[in-house]
Amino acid sequence: MTNAIELHGVEKTFGITKVIQGVDLKVAKGERHALIGPNGAGKSTTFNLISGYMKPTTGTILLNGQDIVGLPPFQINRRGLSRSFQVTNVFAKMTVWENLRCAVLWATGHRYAFWKNVDALPEVRERTAQILQDISLVSRRDVPAGLLTYAEQRALEIGITIAGGADVILLDEPTAGMSHAETERAVEQIRRLTEGRTLLIVEHDMSVVFGLADRISVLVYGEVIATGTPDEIRGNRKVKEAYLGEEAA
Amino acid sequence: MSDAIMTIAPPPPSASERLKFYSMWVIAAAALVILPKIFSSGGSLTTFSLIGISIIFSLSYNILLGQTGMLSFGHAVYYGLGGFLAIHAINIIAKNKFAIPLPLVPLIGGAAGLIFAMLLGWVSTKRSGTAFAMISLGLAELVASSALILRTFFGGEAGVSANRTKVFRLFDWSFGPQIQIYYLVAAWTLIAVIAMYALTRTPLGRMCNAVRDNPERVQFVGYDPHVVRYIAFCFSGFFAGIAGALAAINFEIANSAYLGAVQSGTVLFATYIGGVGFFIGPIVGAIFVTLLSLGLSDLTQVWQLYFGLIFIAVVMFAPGGLTGLLMMHWPLIKAGTLTRVLPGYLIAFVPTLAMLVGFILSVEVIVFHMVHAGGDSHIKAFGIPFDAENRAVWAIAAVLLIAGFFVARKTWKLIAARWDDALTEARTKGVAA
Repeated sequence: MTNAIELHGVEKTFGITKVIQGVDLKVAKGERHALIGPNGAGKSTTFNLISGYMKPTTGTILLNGQDIVGLPPFQINRRGLSRSFQVTNVFAKMTVWENLRCAVLWATGHRYAFWKNVDALPEVRERTAQILQDISLVSRRDVPAGLLTYAEQRALEIGITIAGGADVILLDEPTAGMSHAETERAVEQIRRLTEGRTLLIVEHDMSVVFGLADRISVLVYGEVIATGTPDEIRGNRKVKEAYLGEEAA
Repeated sequence: MSDAIMTIAPPPPSASERLKFYSMWVIAAAALVILPKIFSSGGSLTTFSLIGISIIFSLSYNILLGQTGMLSFGHAVYYGLGGFLAIHAINIIAKNKFAIPLPLVPLIGGAAGLIFAMLLGWVSTKRSGTAFAMISLGLAELVASSALILRTFFGGEAGVSANRTKVFRLFDWSFGPQIQIYYLVAAWTLIAVIAMYALTRTPLGRMCNAVRDNPERVQFVGYDPHVVRYIAFCFSGFFAGIAGALAAINFEIANSAYLGAVQSGTVLFATYIGGVGFFIGPIVGAIFVTLLSLGLSDLTQVWQLYFGLIFIAVVMFAPGGLTGLLMMHWPLIKAGTLTRVLPGYLIAFVPTLAMLVGFILSVEVIVFHMVHAGGDSHIKAFGIPFDAENRAVWAIAAVLLIAGFFVARKTWKLIAARWDDALTEARTKGVAA
């Protein structure tokens, strides 16, 4: 089995602080992989490194076997990796429809076209409509994204992330700040939408992690201390000591 | 399946909506044809021509500011270079008897604007925000000061002049009389407005808005925000060049003022006062500011002071510009609750006007004592003669200003309350967000 994402000896230093100290991580194609760890362990930084938002100090990052270190985010995105953000990061003044459409345009090959009417592109309309239905925001189609409720904005965030059809999806705490019912709905949605794709997810809610993930990696102080199935991670003593404690045992 | 999905998409415009849309442009074209029949004096034709030029220039500026979120302090560079290239083109065409008619000269100006935008834009569009603003300012100073140094091309202080009637003629139009220039400007204005509107409806146009809203996220949907900004910048330079060329044709001269900071500032004013959030905003702003600068300069010596104050007032109290102010009323009109607010406006009008008169009187008196002290104190401002030495005038000014302000403030609060009511009702009727 080939790996969708591979990190080898990735380090990241900010000034004199080493935030990531030699992360090795393998995410297999088609699996749902969760990255967990205490606050400040470097989960979001790892996401930023993989998605090209930041450049690692040393180490290699492979996407589908190809080195992507040093590529700008949009080129990594064009190679089939898409990420969401922990803090909602949408196009606030544009409507839900336009937000999703922006995420569809590159993938449908329209790029920087200034000679086509954007409303008259059938495949763009169809794909945008499909995503809109998938994230259950049909009734909010023409509302500016800035006016959505928090849970709706989180759904839109995921919609934008998957709209381009990337086969590797990175979700950064998609259920943070949601109520219990909203979380359940969001998890169901994520499960459905990432069907057949590779998913790497950062999540604090352990019920979400253990319910969703095929494999889990535990990041503590910028190092992956364990990788395995949910059962293996539950039973791992090192993980218990460093992170999970008694509650999840 | 596919059909079911398509019902989720926004419906394509209905036949009547489309008819409305196209007839709007036809009406605009007809209005441009008829306008000089109603106002036929040379002065009004010149005014209309200036408005047309300003509309193209302001809309080109809004491609940067309103559409893509780039604040430029040096947009006149592309306007001015378009103007200079057009003037030189007219001279070269006339001298060599090339078969290029005058109506095509704006394209040469546009090409000049486009080429310089392509050359200068790549570095400055790397970032938006402060970095872009500072680079645009630096480039503007650089080009404006070169204009005074490179005399062979820019003609120094005097500028370069040309005779537009010497160009190859088509259909016997000499382009000597102002009416012919008016029609030339009007035609180009219509073409440019349609082209710039169409640009907002393209994939690039939508991505410009996305870059404006959130350049960071754009990178994660496959787009390079730098490239989006750069292409927008090139289009903006192209249309600014067309505007500059039309100005050069209109005045038959191009000089360093075309490129200067004042020109760059004026287009920012016009665009912002009109409203950057609406396509039509810069058009409204261009009309308003052109009329204001022509009108005010006849009425008072310190017209630029009032001009600046209007700008500050818009920035502080109506960040959506004049268009935003008008559009605010749309939900009330739709809900039929506008009648609740209108009486408030009438009530507020009198004390507000009194306050403004008191303010203007104070300003003019102060200006007289600071600038013309000792001269003839019988001055005239806004067509009203008064004596700037007369203590009674001072007292009237003070009373109008102070009392007007306190009374007006009460009426503004009244409007605000009425406004809230009207909007709440509009919301319950479901016509306002």
